[in-house]
Amino acid sequence: MSILVVAEQSNGSVKKATYAALTAAREIATATGLPIHFFAFGPGAANAGAELATYGGASVLVADDASLQNALAAPAGAAIAAAAKDSGASWVLMASTTTGKDVLPRAAARLGGGLASDIVEVRASGAHVAFVRPMFAGNVLATVEIDTPVKLVTVRTSDFATAGPTGGASPVTTSASAVDAAKAAAGKARFVSFDSSGGDRPELTEADVVVSGGRGLKSAENFKSIMEPLADAFRAAIGASRAAVDSGYAPNDYQVGQTGKVVAPNLYIAVAISGAIQHLAGMKNSKIIVSINKDADAPIFQISDYGLVADAFKAVPEFAAAVKAAKG
Amino acid sequence: MKILVTTKRVTDPGTKIKLKADGSGIAADGVEFKPNPFCENAIEAAISLRDQHGGEVIVVSIGPDEADQTIRSAVAMGCNRAIRIDGNDGGLDGDLVARALAKLAESEQPDVFILGKQAVDGDSNQVGQLMAEYLGWPQATFASAITVTNGGKSAQVAREVDGGIETVEVDFPAVITADLRLNEPRFASLPNIMKAKRTAIEVKTLADLGVETTLKVRTTRFEAPPGRQAGKKVADVADLVQKLRNEAKVL
Ligand SMILES: Cc1cc2nc3c(=O)[nH]c(=O)nc-3n(C[C@H](O)[C@H](O)[C@H](O)COP(=O)(O)OP(=O)(O)OC[C@H]3O[C@@H](n4cnc5c(N)ncnc54)[C@H](O)[C@@H]3O)c2cc1C
Ligand SMILES: Nc1ncnc2c1ncn2[C@@H]1O[C@H](COP(=O)(O)O)[C@@H](O)[C@H]1O
Repeated sequence: MSILVVAEQSNGSVKKATYAALTAAREIATATGLPIHFFAFGPGAANAGAELATYGGASVLVADDASLQNALAAPAGAAIAAAAKDSGASWVLMASTTTGKDVLPRAAARLGGGLASDIVEVRASGAHVAFVRPMFAGNVLATVEIDTPVKLVTVRTSDFATAGPTGGASPVTTSASAVDAAKAAAGKARFVSFDSSGGDRPELTEADVVVSGGRGLKSAENFKSIMEPLADAFRAAIGASRAAVDSGYAPNDYQVGQTGKVVAPNLYIAVAISGAIQHLAGMKNSKIIVSINKDADAPIFQISDYGLVADAFKAVPEFAAAVKAAKG
Repeated sequence: MKILVTTKRVTDPGTKIKLKADGSGIAADGVEFKPNPFCENAIEAAISLRDQHGGEVIVVSIGPDEADQTIRSAVAMGCNRAIRIDGNDGGLDGDLVARALAKLAESEQPDVFILGKQAVDGDSNQVGQLMAEYLGWPQATFASAITVTNGGKSAQVAREVDGGIETVEVDFPAVITADLRLNEPRFASLPNIMKAKRTAIEVKTLADLGVETTLKVRTTRFEAPPGRQAGKKVADVADLVQKLRNEAKVL
């Protein structure tokens, strides 16, 4: 029996989210005494494997194969299931990114294992491990038990620290069975294109400061002219409410909330966002919350450390300038 | 084109959830139920694909008798046939739902099976993916646009993923899960609502489908999350900056 951490990597560099899943894995390892293995897949996996080898695992399995390019769900799920068998895994963890959510269930079905999605806590009592996960847009924390021999979880990265390397060098080996399984499962889906919403701002889920704009900004031009200087002043990532995304003010992957990204930065600044429960689900664990809204009764103020009742069009440029001056 | 689509009866996402005092579940009194919003996007997509390409849409839900009302609202939107798989909400997990839906797909043999990306009660986001694997079908999750390609043999699907929009092409039969920006679900007209009331719902049991009912994942306790204290209102921008620097120490 062992624990398998499935890494996410692109072009050989491991995504930071993986190391939040590793923290959860280390908690399971502490409770159960089981060793941790890693699995990296797709072109570049061998290089990613070299990095993972310094994180104290018993081994690193890799499947560096073209059939796993773009992490299409069927081949990726098949490869993960094969790697889990190879490493004798009784626990399989992956970060709850859109890739993790897309592919890990397919591995679960192959392994006949129960899957708990988006866990926020590992709750161990002795060697027995249960998980806590939010339900109902974060209104409920549920304790879940997985009853199958192989147990799978996706890990909400904002609730686990980023694990660090331990030094040393675990052996890195290619999992031939993972490559074979991926090849056999490939073919019915094809990657067509990727349209990046990119920019050079910090990743929303990793940023120290997040500034989010809502429907009150009223247009894409306003969203840009109000939110970008504020983000620049804080070197922050930009987020948005669903209403702002639906209205086309911001790209889809800026959405923070129940059905978008979950963030927990040191500082979260909500601008012209009312504070619907589905939005709070994605940001209420931020350390300091600031909100700027012209309606003194906006629900967002009930969870904010600092609330400013003001017109965003006037207050935010002033705020950005003051922060820029303060930061020098 | 034959399309299967799901609907799920969930607690109204607009109402406050209350827990039973002993933490064993959700307090049911005064709770309103609605169709899962993501399922409404799935149904809208199914109906408009049928309207463009011909064929039929069959809506299915797994739930108790009360789910019939949820199914009827899908029929009122324009689904052709309706099936309920009898199941108690407390006796299901994502895997059991996926295996039951996979059995139905094997007998109905649709070209496309469209589900919501997640149910807003459990927020699990796994049924469509599990089912796709049980069927050995390709999947396109978190869809924000669907275009049928290759003369009706496949579809290109735009997917809302971290970092942007990915487009994949999946060969039929395929599983697609709907994100909220896929479309604007239509409102049913009064005549269609009346008609839906008379539509027969075919009821199947898990035993009829030959589905093993042991759960893989059990929820053993429900707790309220820790609350967050409201802080203070600041007077103006200068006051905010001063407090962020001296009190919160984030400047
Ligand atoms: C199934 C489901 C899932 C959802 N998932 C999400 C999700 O993941 N994330 C999410 O955010 N939402 C989500 N929602 C939507 C959510 O319920 C709200 O509709 C949404 O969050 C509202 O966005 P908003 O606060 O920007 O808009 P509004 O609620 O319209 O609020 C706009 C605010 O701007 C203020 N304002 C207006 N003008 C100004 C000004 N000049 N200066 C200052 N303030 C001003 C107003 O006072 C108001 O408070 C979901 C809903 C459903 C049903
Ligand atoms: N009991 C159910 N009946 C019908 N469809 C369901 C049921 N449970 C889940 N689904 C479908 O599966 C999707 C994903 O659900 P989940 O994985 O539970 O978040 C939902 O959006 C529904 O389309």
